[in-house]
Amino acid sequence: MLNKLIFANLGHRPVRTLLSVLAIAVEVTMILTLVGVSYGTLDQTAQRARGVGADIIFRPPGSSAIGLSSAPMSDKIPALLMQEPHVAFAMGTMVQPLSGFDSITGLDLDDFHRLNGGFHFLQGGPLVNDNDIIVDEYYAKQKKLHVGDTVNLVNHDWRLAGIFEGGKLARICVKLHVLQELTGNPGHLSQIFLKVDDPSRAQAVVDAMRLKFKGYQIYTMEEFTSLLSINSVGMLKSFIGVVIGVAVVVGFIVVFMAMYTAVLERTREIGILKAVGASSGLILNILFRETLLLALLGAAFGIVLTYGTQWLMRHAVPASLVQETVYGWWPIATGIAIVGALLGAIVPGVKAVKQDVTEALCYE
Amino acid sequence: MSEPAIIEVNGLTKTYQVGDVEVHALRGVDLQVRKGEFVAIIGASGSGKSTLFHILGGLTPTTSGSVRINGRDLAGMTNTERTDLRKTTVGFVFQKYNLLPTLSAEDNIRMVQYIGGRHTEFDASFQEILKLLGIADRMKHKPRALSGGQQQRVAIARGIVNSPAILLADEPTGNLDSENSAAVLKLMKDLNQRLGQTILMITHDADAASYADRIVRMRDGRIV
Ligand SMILES: Nc1ncnc2c1ncn2[C@@H]1O[C@H](COP(=O)(O)OP(=O)(O)OP(=O)(O)O)[C@@H](O)[C@H]1O
Ligand SMILES: [Mg+2]
Repeated sequence: MLNKLIFANLGHRPVRTLLSVLAIAVEVTMILTLVGVSYGTLDQTAQRARGVGADIIFRPPGSSAIGLSSAPMSDKIPALLMQEPHVAFAMGTMVQPLSGFDSITGLDLDDFHRLNGGFHFLQGGPLVNDNDIIVDEYYAKQKKLHVGDTVNLVNHDWRLAGIFEGGKLARICVKLHVLQELTGNPGHLSQIFLKVDDPSRAQAVVDAMRLKFKGYQIYTMEEFTSLLSINSVGMLKSFIGVVIGVAVVVGFIVVFMAMYTAVLERTREIGILKAVGASSGLILNILFRETLLLALLGAAFGIVLTYGTQWLMRHAVPASLVQETVYGWWPIATGIAIVGALLGAIVPGVKAVKQDVTEALCYE
Repeated sequence: MSEPAIIEVNGLTKTYQVGDVEVHALRGVDLQVRKGEFVAIIGASGSGKSTLFHILGGLTPTTSGSVRINGRDLAGMTNTERTDLRKTTVGFVFQKYNLLPTLSAEDNIRMVQYIGGRHTEFDASFQEILKLLGIADRMKHKPRALSGGQQQRVAIARGIVNSPAILLADEPTGNLDSENSAAVLKLMKDLNQRLGQTILMITHDADAASYADRIVRMRDGRIV
C-alpha cells in the first residue's frame, strides 16, 4: 500500500522525478568513471610491467608506484647488479613523464631483446637512427600516426620508425642515450629491470639486495604489480575521495530540493495522512522510501551511463585513458548515492513531521 | 444515563494567534456525549464547530479546559498516543473531503485501512456500504475524476472503514443533492442504531440534524 502511494507520488511529478534520478545518475557515473579509469590505468601499468619479462624491478629511493619524475640513478648500476649472485641480466631505462598519464621511455633495444625477445612490430621496425621513435598501436591509433610521420615530443621532432604491439614496458620509446641527453640527464636511469637465473629465487635475491642497496626500492615483479592499486597511490586515493565528497554533496542538494518541494507541495496530503492516524514514523517511512527509490533508480541509470563513458573513452582516447568496469564499485557508488540522498531527505522529513495538521487541512 | 460518556469536554477554550491578533475560536465549551449517541452540531459559520472536532481528534492542542475521550485526558497524552487515538478511536469525515489526490478512491480507503493495521479485502458489509453510498463503481477513479459529492461520499466511506468508536463528520452532506444526502444520513443512522456507532455530525441543514438523537447549537465559540 505504501509503495503504491510512493509510485503515485513519483509519477505525479514526472519531471522532478526524472531530474532527480538523472542527477543521482550523473553522480554515480562520475564516481564509477573515475574509479574505472583509475583501475584501468593501474592495470595497464601493471600489465606492461609484467610484459617486460623481468623478475625484479630496481628503483631509486623515494619514487612512487606510478610515474617516475626523475632519473637519479647512475647507468653504472646495471653492470654492478649483474655481478650479484643469480642475476642473469640487468637493463636500465629512463622515463620522462609527458602530460597526463603518458610518458616517454628511453631504452636500449638490444638489452630489451635479451630480456624478453623484444617488441613485435605491427608496422615499420626498430629504432635505428637517433631521432627514431616507436609507439604502441593504441597511441598510434589515438594520434592517427603512421610510420614515417613526424612526432614532436619533449620539444624534439622524432620520426616514427615503428608501431609495436602494446603491453610491454611502455607506449612510447626512444633510444636511451638520446633521451638522457635531451632531458639533461646524461648517464642517468629511472629504473632497472633484472632477470635472475631461476625465477623461484627472485624473492631471495630481492631480500639480499635490500640489505646491500639501502634506500632503493627493490621488488619482485609480482610485488610491484600488486602495489599498483588505488590504495597505494596516495594521489589517486585522495582524488577519488574528493570526487566522492562532491558527489555526495550533489546528491544531497538535489534530493534536498526535490524532497523539500515535495513536502511543501504535499502539505495537505501529509496533513491528511496524520489526520487519519499515520504516525510520524510512517510519514518519514514514506518519504525515505521515495528517496531510496530515487537513489536506486539513479544508481541503476548511472551504471548504464558508465558504459557510455567507457565507449566514449575507447573511441576518443584509447591510449591515454582506459576505463574498466569495476563491478566491486557498483554497490559502493550506489551506497554513496543512497547516503547522499537520505541525508538530503532528513530536513524535509523533519519539516513534514512538524507541520501543523489543521493548517494543512485548511488549504483548498 | 445508560452508557458512560465517551466524550467529556469541560471549559474548553481555543485561541488562535494570527500575527498580533487573537482569534477566540472556542470560549468555554462543555459537552458530554454518551457511547452510541448520534449528536448533530449546528451553528453559524465561524462558530468553532470544526475547531472543536480537530481538538477532539487530537489534531489541535487546546488553550485551556479539559477533553476526555474514553475517560482519558487528551492533554496528558503523548503524540504517539494521540496518533493511536486517530488510528483506532476517532474517525474523521472532513468538511473539505481531504482525499489523497494521487490515489484512487479505493486506495484512499485502503490507505486508511493500512494505517489502522488491517490488510484485508473490503468485506461484504463494507461493499454494501459502498453501494448504498452510490460509489461502488467509482472506486478506481482518482479524486480529480470524481464530483464533489462523490468525493464526499468516498471520504465518508474512508471515515468508517476502520469502524472507529467515534465518528466525527464535518458537514458530510454539504455537497450532496437531497437524494444522496438522504442515503448518507440513512447510512449513518443505520450504523448508529445497528452497531451503536457514536456519531458527531456538523451540519447547517435542519433536515439533516433531525436524523440525530440530540442537537447541539454553537454560537461564538460556545454551546447554547
Ligand atoms: N488554523 C487557524 N488559525 C487561525 N484561526 C483559525 C484557524 N482555524 C480556525 N480559525 C478561526 O477560528 C474560528 C472558528 O473556525 P471554525 O473553522 O471552527 O468554524 P466553523 O464553525 O467550522 O465554520 P464553518 O461552518 O464555516 O465551517 C474562525 O473565526 C476561524 O477563522
Ligand atoms: Mg467548519
